[in-house]
Amino acid sequence: MQDGYLNMELLRFTTAGSVDDGKSTLIGRLLYDSKSIFEDQMEAVQASSQKKGLAHVDLSLLTDGLKAEREQGITIDVAYRYFATPKRKFIIADTPGHIQYTRNMVTGASTANLALILVDARKGILEQTCRHSFIASLLKIPHLIVCVNKMDLVDYQEERYNEIVAAYKSFASKLEITDVHFVPISALNGDNVVDKSANMPWYQGSTLLYLLETIHIGSDHNHIDCRFPVQQVIRPHKTKFHDFRGYAGRISGGIFKKGDEVMVLPSGFTSKIKSIQVGEKLIEEAFAPMSVTMTLEDEIDISRGDMIVRSNNQPQNGQDIDVMLCWFNNKAYVPGAKFHLKHTSNDARAIIKEINYKVDINTLHRIEDDKTLNMNDICRVKIRATKPLLFDSYRKNRNTGSIILVDEATNETVAAGMIV
Amino acid sequence: MTKYNLTHLEELEAESIFILREVAAQFENPAILFSGGKDSILVTYLAYKAFYPANIPFPLVHIDTGHNFQETLDYRDDLVKRLGAKLIVGSVEESIKQGKAVEEKGFNASRNALQTVTLLDTIEQHKFDAAIGGARRDEEKARAKERFFSHRDEFGQWDPKNQRPELWNLFNGRKNMGEHFRVFPISNWTEMDVWQYIKKENIPLPNLYFTHERMVIERDGGLLADSPHLNKRDTEVPFKQIVRFRTIGDMTCTGAVLSQANSLDEIIQEVASSRQTERGTRADDKRSETAMEDRKKLGYF
Repeated sequence: MQDGYLNMELLRFTTAGSVDDGKSTLIGRLLYDSKSIFEDQMEAVQASSQKKGLAHVDLSLLTDGLKAEREQGITIDVAYRYFATPKRKFIIADTPGHIQYTRNMVTGASTANLALILVDARKGILEQTCRHSFIASLLKIPHLIVCVNKMDLVDYQEERYNEIVAAYKSFASKLEITDVHFVPISALNGDNVVDKSANMPWYQGSTLLYLLETIHIGSDHNHIDCRFPVQQVIRPHKTKFHDFRGYAGRISGGIFKKGDEVMVLPSGFTSKIKSIQVGEKLIEEAFAPMSVTMTLEDEIDISRGDMIVRSNNQPQNGQDIDVMLCWFNNKAYVPGAKFHLKHTSNDARAIIKEINYKVDINTLHRIEDDKTLNMNDICRVKIRATKPLLFDSYRKNRNTGSIILVDEATNETVAAGMIV
Repeated sequence: MTKYNLTHLEELEAESIFILREVAAQFENPAILFSGGKDSILVTYLAYKAFYPANIPFPLVHIDTGHNFQETLDYRDDLVKRLGAKLIVGSVEESIKQGKAVEEKGFNASRNALQTVTLLDTIEQHKFDAAIGGARRDEEKARAKERFFSHRDEFGQWDPKNQRPELWNLFNGRKNMGEHFRVFPISNWTEMDVWQYIKKENIPLPNLYFTHERMVIERDGGLLADSPHLNKRDTEVPFKQIVRFRTIGDMTCTGAVLSQANSLDEIIQEVASSRQTERGTRADDKRSETAMEDRKKLGYF
């Protein structure tokens, strides 16, 4: 068992919630029960809680690291937390749930395998539950766990739990969520978090931690459509590797094997994969999300921004893209503004040609007559780039279907988009 | 585990290599900040893997407080030779002589905070536009909020409340003249991940990380290595102890821990059962609740 860590998987999940729905308590419990909180951290949190005059230990102080956050008792930014069990390592992107922080939720969701959504058993489905679920579905987080929390405050009633599950399912039918699980918990008392609850014998399902440890994440990456955006060309200029010309990058989709026929885009030249390696180690095949270096049989002019694919399965190629765009900047979009667009390893300049509609993220209604883009708005837009992009729909591939827009004057990342 | 599934260490490695290549592609003149500690050794090793068979396209920059362990310096020089890398040393001693930095006084005097002056000077002098560091988010609460690509203004300052959002694999390294970036490729690694990976890849480390006999003094419940750089009280009499270091920094503020761990397996076991964070041995973090955030805003690592 000594080297069991050599078989551990990595699961990234995001949590969202407001101050009082028990999110911090839940994270605190996961960290505490998995022995990921150290004595000196606990002592520091205890001391801070006392200084603030609190009767209990405020576990949110573990995640709220910045001075301004601790002073104001709010979470400003995405906080990353880590814990591990013998089966998996977990990265939590803990995002503030308040309405103006859509931007942080989107950021945390962009790399997550799973979203944890907390519902207060007394209050049921609220606007913010809908908001979080919508963002999880928009960002195509593959798995969702809805924790019905504070079951202790509704006497651990099965009826109340079933009511909330039914209400959630009816709402979620409007969203694209494929894999959703429900767990009745009490984060405060630990019911069904790590250990099965003796208070809810009617619940036959798994505990939260068991779900986190066992949900199948092996299919979260696209292993069908081969996409290799070239990040860099490696030319050693050494006698021993005189003719070495390696294409370095991270596989965005599919499985590439040595000997495969491949096509380089946008040039359209074809060749065969001569070798694939990670560092010094030569490997037979590579798949998403590996970072590798490839060489090809033929000398082809390839540079950063090009993409290596299979000729019978090519991405779309064009200057016009339809995008669901989330605006991040506190300065609103100025019509006609030009942006720097980043997509895979490619860069272009771009403009927003048209704003089609805005989504009310609480009701999911389309607002057609509002053509502004303000902080935290999510809009369907048409974007035109100065040069063709090699892209897939975000639904098909999160890596080749995502873009960011950078303000040309301030260099700030002002928006993130998912290609429709 | 299915065939097309990475382990957690493989996925972390893939992420870090991607970031390092992104730095090489997006910046003109990047450098690795090398302290001689396991985290910067790991970053250097990952850079070796990222660009193999080419050499690492970044020089190693060491901010030398003049209070380093000799073992660290020997290891550094040997590594540079093995990799064929370029080494640039920024000297805190020199900054003090030039009057840019002022030596702290008293028993807890340390050159830790002075490193910021030398670091920013070195960055300016060599016109580095990206400084790659081995900081991890699990180390410290202010570091938990760091980006992979962390923007610094023309004074080298960090504005934690106004950071660029980072999504997917898209990293924005655009900046104006005079500004630079700090880049943290191993942000998502924990102390345990680092040790497990070092074991898996068999990466050589300075002997300081393994158990050895050393003259130490006891201060504030911790152990500090005895050295001519340490201002000792009369009551602080050095004594011999069996110790190792969990982190390696300046001799005056890096605490030793009692340990018999002689191999990576033993260290991994020790880390797994430890009830203190590794920076719990660092006097520099204990100065105030927001000591790290305060230093980082000014341009610390």
